[in-house]
Amino acid sequence: MTEDLTEWMRRVAKDRDREAFSNLFAHFAPRLKSYLQRSGSEPLEAEEVVQETMINVWRKAALFDPSKAAVSTWVFTVARNARISHFRKQNRPEPDPTDPAFAPDPTPGPLEAVTREQEAARLRSAVDALPEEQQLVVKLAFFEEKSHAAVAAELKLPLGTVKSRIRLAVQRVRAAIGEPA
Amino acid sequence: MTIMHHPSEEMIFDYATGALDEAWALAIATHLSLCPACRAAAREVEAIGGSLLEAAVPTEMADGSYEAVMARLDFVDAMPPAEVRSITEPKPSYVLPEPLRQYAGGDVSEIRWRALGGGAAQCILSPPSSKTVARLLRIPAGRPVPEHSHRGTELTLVLAGAFADSTGHYARGDLQEADADLLHQPRAAEGEDCICLAVTDAPLSFRALLPRLAQRYLRI
Repeated sequence: MTEDLTEWMRRVAKDRDREAFSNLFAHFAPRLKSYLQRSGSEPLEAEEVVQETMINVWRKAALFDPSKAAVSTWVFTVARNARISHFRKQNRPEPDPTDPAFAPDPTPGPLEAVTREQEAARLRSAVDALPEEQQLVVKLAFFEEKSHAAVAAELKLPLGTVKSRIRLAVQRVRAAIGEPA
Repeated sequence: MTIMHHPSEEMIFDYATGALDEAWALAIATHLSLCPACRAAAREVEAIGGSLLEAAVPTEMADGSYEAVMARLDFVDAMPPAEVRSITEPKPSYVLPEPLRQYAGGDVSEIRWRALGGGAAQCILSPPSSKTVARLLRIPAGRPVPEHSHRGTELTLVLAGAFADSTGHYARGDLQEADADLLHQPRAAEGEDCICLAVTDAPLSFRALLPRLAQRYLRI
């Protein structure tokens, strides 16, 4: 499945292949809709943001770099930005890798480029395996785009507790990414 | 260039989830442009978002949604491509990296500085209605920034020159995250004017009376 996602993205970027895009739509649109509804968006608004996101997936497909991110991660970032623009009417400031002032990444090792999708699979099991209390804060932060402080206020927890739970969750996930396949 | 001072893990996490307000995100994104290590950290957090998306139980889209999107692709294709940058044009060396350059309307030579007194100058980048204020500051080499504490958080990202205070030495790419408890008196290093991006969520409070009066007019 994940090989398919990468291949579809490649065909959309290179060949402007609408069939490949349809496949991406069938895979991601219903997931994006659930994801956005978890944040309390009305179904109609969620639909709008999903459509915005999928249009941007088509428009920006050439910017997707399989050596940097799994397809699902890249689509997440496109959706996040669409949501910021739709609900908050704000721009999303981001680095521009084509900017002459941009400090490039160190050259990846020969094995690194092919492993993002495998990493993503390991990462999903790691997120699933997180203790309940860590999952709760992480999901709130993502689904509702809440800052550490806002998560703490919502759950009536001390800020320090939220910080340490999120930090532990990120460490576990990082460890899972680092494990050999 | 070795960056010594990075944003906290919390800031990078909140940037990656999308929770940060635009002005904070501007400071973090500009740091990320200069710092591959923090970009890698942000990508790890984004990968969590990707896995939550992948794990989401699909909800059926409304009738006609797919057709509506497919119809819009024609309009997208009719638009000129988003970014065309000629590879033959000489690469200028910018002081302000993207996305900051876009917000400033150009590189440092384009900035309309307004005097702050003592040789220092500023240029406010965020709309006046915003509760969070992003500004560029220019402090003459070797001169102090007026002593101040914060009623809220302040992020300071160095873009040229350097400054030092009781917490350390900050040069290009270094980011200082200061909270309300920090009363500091940064001083620009000798040799080159210090240019930095400062983001604050509440007015700075200066200790001396005069700067406090000036605050009202200068929106510090």
